[in-house]
Amino acid sequence: MEPFDALTLARLQFAFTISFHIIFPAFTIGLASYLAVLEGLWLITGRAVFLAVFNYWKKIFAISFGMGVVSGIVMSYQFGTNWSVFADKTGPILGPLLGYEVMSAFFLEAGFLGVMLFGMDRVGKGLHCFATVMVAGGTLLSAFWILAANSWMQTPTGYASNAAGQFVPADWWAVIFNPSFPYRLVHMVLAAYLTTAFVVGGVGALHLLADRRNESARLMFSMAMWMAALVAPLQVVAGDLHGLNTLQHQPAKIAAMEGHWETRAGQPLILFGWPSMAAETTRYAVELPKLGSLILTHDVNGTVKGLKAWPPQERPNATIVFWSFRIMVGVGVLMLLAGAWSLLQRYRRQLIGSTALLRFAVLMSPAGFIAVLAGWITTEVGRQPYTVYGLLRTAQSHSPIDAAAVGASLLAFIAVYLAAFGAGAFYMLRLMLQAPQLDEPDIEKGLPQRAAGITPASALADVAAARQK
Amino acid sequence: MIDLPFIWAALIAFAVLAYVLFDGFDLGIGILFPCFAAERERDQAMTSVAPVWDGNETWLVLGGGGLMAAFPLAYAVALPALYAPITAMLLGLIFRGVAFEFRFRSTRRKFLWDWAFAGGSTLAAFAQGIALGALVQGVPVEGRAYAGGWWDWLTWFSLLTGVALLIGYGLLGATWLIWKTSGALQQKAFSLAFSTGVGTLALIALVSLIMPFLDPIFRQRWFTWPNIAYAAPVPILVAISLRAYLGSRQALGTRAVPGRRRPLCPLLCRARH
Repeated sequence: MEPFDALTLARLQFAFTISFHIIFPAFTIGLASYLAVLEGLWLITGRAVFLAVFNYWKKIFAISFGMGVVSGIVMSYQFGTNWSVFADKTGPILGPLLGYEVMSAFFLEAGFLGVMLFGMDRVGKGLHCFATVMVAGGTLLSAFWILAANSWMQTPTGYASNAAGQFVPADWWAVIFNPSFPYRLVHMVLAAYLTTAFVVGGVGALHLLADRRNESARLMFSMAMWMAALVAPLQVVAGDLHGLNTLQHQPAKIAAMEGHWETRAGQPLILFGWPSMAAETTRYAVELPKLGSLILTHDVNGTVKGLKAWPPQERPNATIVFWSFRIMVGVGVLMLLAGAWSLLQRYRRQLIGSTALLRFAVLMSPAGFIAVLAGWITTEVGRQPYTVYGLLRTAQSHSPIDAAAVGASLLAFIAVYLAAFGAGAFYMLRLMLQAPQLDEPDIEKGLPQRAAGITPASALADVAAARQK
Repeated sequence: MIDLPFIWAALIAFAVLAYVLFDGFDLGIGILFPCFAAERERDQAMTSVAPVWDGNETWLVLGGGGLMAAFPLAYAVALPALYAPITAMLLGLIFRGVAFEFRFRSTRRKFLWDWAFAGGSTLAAFAQGIALGALVQGVPVEGRAYAGGWWDWLTWFSLLTGVALLIGYGLLGATWLIWKTSGALQQKAFSLAFSTGVGTLALIALVSLIMPFLDPIFRQRWFTWPNIAYAAPVPILVAISLRAYLGSRQALGTRAVPGRRRPLCPLLCRARH
């Protein structure tokens, strides 16, 4: 493979744009559910602090959601521009799945988002809470359809082929609920929840370090640490099950993740090393004997395939997958540690008493994003050289476009994304650096936020308000 | 004749129509943005579309998604053929979209987001017009794939349709502002609506004159029976809209006093007071 042929550039472009995109949904899926929980607790208990924290995160949610929408549109057109052969062949199956995502989820999210952002004074508390729950449900439904589409590409079932060489649906249930889908969905939703928990926890901790009496910050930190303590262990179980599912359906990916080259009974667990694709070995391996087989087959003498069981052109890049997997697991272990530490502090009845824990939580605030990106790199690089696993090769999926065109658009995307989303990150961070107040204002009145526009009543009232000024 | 592909084609056509109408005025305001006085008029113009642009853009996702779902082959041929215009459109839409988020949050860098909004809207609209022209002039296809080069879309005709769409969107933006604003900005919108209106009409006529000479198939489709029955209503409707436009412009122009205008649409104006 040439370093800069059209295929490599198209892959780089997809990797770049989707990596930027996933950051926003990973955060908004969790944050939408968190907002729904906060508003529910406020309605039940009537405590002002819940509303204050709700209003604080609502503003950040609005920016993140907007950037998710904008970066998502690029994704829906990129299948056509750079991957037209893939789009032609998989369109009858993936088109409807992505279409359902737009129809059922996006309209649901966007429709209720306007009510959630601007409607507190207009629709009443109960209905407003309903809108928040709908937004949260919409983000989960989005995740459902997108992960169904991705999982079908990883473990395709329920399809037939037609005369034109296209995949066509034979059994929609088998297409949607393909073998890897339940595992991937659970793993990703938990990851999104953990991502949000560590952002919220980090922001709470930051403001607690400045002022331990900040009630809103205490609430954020406490709720986030409960989430870490409860969900991080669950994620370990979900990740293990997902791994076993992958071993069954994509054993080459597992071999690359583990750095195994030879097929044998009693595989070691390689902690660290440098898998070399050229030398077909994992250099400088630090390994624990037999543990690899124990984890993967739950038997110390179980047989696990190594990468040499596949011809070289069928192997995923083990150097990347081995390390991205370790980064994800490493971050997961740190998340477990944070959760356990917070439980210990709670047991001592001084959750916010430990400056060290607060500082650790601040450092951990981007942890979820790193783990999500590393995890997706593992699963996407690990299923190479295929776009539809075992059926359609990546090298046969891309558009008949010159390398110059793909390269030029890649450079343009990089420049624009860094400028646009860099500014977005700046504005979000600026909001997060403001200490939360107990009388946290609702979204600035008269300040026209962007919002989903299909709620004309509330939208036009804002226009009217601005006009009267 | 009414089968599944027909229904899907109708749905996609509706999505495109809705997109052009609704996002057309959003983009039009961006295109006209440099004509407005800094700060106050620009704030006013942008505020009028800030709550609706996002929903309007969703029609574009639906159009693209629908095309991939229902006609994957057309999607797979058209998008590589329109590679550069589509990429430019997406980049323009990114700038336009984030400008809504960020413009009101910054003070020192506000002028940058003014440019992002105006430039992004103009680029997206121009690219959409070019894409339309490139599709109308035709793309070479071999087997199941696009078979042309990556500059094939660039002709004087596609540039003309690009300019035509810019001016057409400008007209939509100006009429939206006449409806939604008052005072100096509304007055400015009246005069912009006149110049863009004349421009739109002239370019509709020009493009319509060129098309029959572009490809014999257009002559055949436009001027032979029974197709002429489908094509003829278009110029007739243009003439009717022109008459209505001139009439309403005259009527509104004489009564352009804030608070005295009659609501054009009762549903949307209800929430305005």
